[in-house]
Amino acid sequence: MHAIEKILAKNSGRTELHAGEIVVAKVDFAEINDLYLQTIYSFYEMGGEKVWDSERAAFVFDHYAPAPDMKSAENHGKMREFAKKNHLRFHFDTNCGVCHQVMPEAGVIYPGMIVVATDSHTTTHGAFGAMGTGCGATDMATILMTGELWFRVPEIIEIRLEGETPKGVYPKDVILHVLGKLKADGAVYKAIDFTGSYVEQLGVSGRMVICNMAVEMGAKTAYMQPNQAVLDYVASRAIRSYEVQQTDPDFVYEEQYVFDVSDLEPQLACPHSVDQVAPLSDVVQEKEVRLDQGYIGSCTGGRVEDLAVAAKILDGKHIPEYTRLIVVPASAEVMQTCMEKGYIQSLMRAGATITTPGCGACLGAHEGILAPGETCITTTNRNFPGRMGAVDAQIYLASPATVAASILNGRITDPRNYLL
Amino acid sequence: MKAEITGRTIVVGNNIDTDQIYPGRFLALTDPEEIGSHCLCGVDESIAAQFPKGGIVVAGTNFGCGSSREHAPIALIHMGAAAIVADSFARIFFRNAINLGLPLIICRGIREKIKAGWELKIDIEKGTVTVTETGEAYPCEKLGDQAMKILEAGGIKPLMRKSHHFSKIVLAKSDYIC
Repeated sequence: MHAIEKILAKNSGRTELHAGEIVVAKVDFAEINDLYLQTIYSFYEMGGEKVWDSERAAFVFDHYAPAPDMKSAENHGKMREFAKKNHLRFHFDTNCGVCHQVMPEAGVIYPGMIVVATDSHTTTHGAFGAMGTGCGATDMATILMTGELWFRVPEIIEIRLEGETPKGVYPKDVILHVLGKLKADGAVYKAIDFTGSYVEQLGVSGRMVICNMAVEMGAKTAYMQPNQAVLDYVASRAIRSYEVQQTDPDFVYEEQYVFDVSDLEPQLACPHSVDQVAPLSDVVQEKEVRLDQGYIGSCTGGRVEDLAVAAKILDGKHIPEYTRLIVVPASAEVMQTCMEKGYIQSLMRAGATITTPGCGACLGAHEGILAPGETCITTTNRNFPGRMGAVDAQIYLASPATVAASILNGRITDPRNYLL
Repeated sequence: MKAEITGRTIVVGNNIDTDQIYPGRFLALTDPEEIGSHCLCGVDESIAAQFPKGGIVVAGTNFGCGSSREHAPIALIHMGAAAIVADSFARIFFRNAINLGLPLIICRGIREKIKAGWELKIDIEKGTVTVTETGEAYPCEKLGDQAMKILEAGGIKPLMRKSHHFSKIVLAKSDYIC
């Protein structure tokens, strides 16, 4: 069996299971974000009374942190009331950050667990050898009532990433390249196991970037076998003991893809689709792409490593007049670390606007919305029409280094020129 | 759920994501009717106001990709959509829609064959989509027993209200829904 199948089997009291079967599995941690007041409505509509386990469910107020308008403030109020009433042990209010960063920091994510959250990017937690998957409000309400969710055991695809990336090429470039090849519906209903020498040596942050964007291919979940970096991370944080699952050597994947990353160039996902991917050099050769805004943040691109490389590129320099750079640390902890290391100060001196840790403008909620006709380069995960504001705004997805170099130059620019 | 659904169509493209179905700027709204009034405004702001009640949305591949927001199927239902017929659906949207009792019909290649405004008749049991204007009938894929069980009950809510646990809801094996 695959490690993902073993996780599902363990949590559903089975010894063996196969793709296509339906199982009812225990959910080890359930997270509700602040877009999902409907979860509480559905919970009561179905006759829910009490959350099944006050230790295993939490709200994270990240999409509207802090509340940008009265309606979201009111929604927050109702969620706080529900959290209080159910004595939830964990509660992450507007001072914490993006759920997919905040949960691992709080130790509620560890290998071998099932985490379900009302957010499609829950695939991120495959980085820790966990099975993470997103759901909607009503599925979440069924979890809050029962502590379980039913799953179809997914077919599993292997994406093997081999080699070491050249300087100036980051995990974001790797996953964009993969997305460009497999396309936005390349893994719908399936799980992706990322393997290979590149993944084995990758740090926690880089692993999270890659698993995060698995959902952009439609994947149900993502997985990476935990390496030492992951084990060290969870050793100091995990709130429960855990079991790392291993894939049996005779497991047969439904499909296999191999990518050699050793000659990869910086990549861009061009408007208006995540799979409209091309090497940056091809795009800028064809046309100059002038920028109004750079954006560094989100559950994909707002971690310490991301701000560090941006600070390195921008240190002692300044972005051009009439452009702006919005920097949204993924969590309060990330922001504290970046302040201690001086990255925030460097970025501010370079002209960046630092906003509250959270989801910000990634989904067009607040703090950096785009006007009609504007062009933005961003470390986030989606460039759908209207995602960050105006429907005709142009959004390019790129690595943090590419965003920093590009906004510094006022047009899309190869970061390798700045990383000598 | 009705076994037969007849309605006028609108036609949208491939990879219609949940941001286009229901943009981020409206996510704080909670009133279903108000949510419905913004449906598909990322594709065209005029769609919801002009949508024929009981109509059918015809789409290409990967309809509902992107965010897990349940606002997307809520918006479609309250705009008046009786069903969505598409080449294929994204996973979380699929689960959300079925949970709310919105029929999703997988009919590969359908988008190329249908013009906006045509009338479709969907026979869910037979698994066909028939165009009134041309008389052509197209076969659909089976939804999978698990999805059908939930749909037939009118969504997951009536099922959960009855049993409060999954034992009577969940089958042993199913296609598609996951």
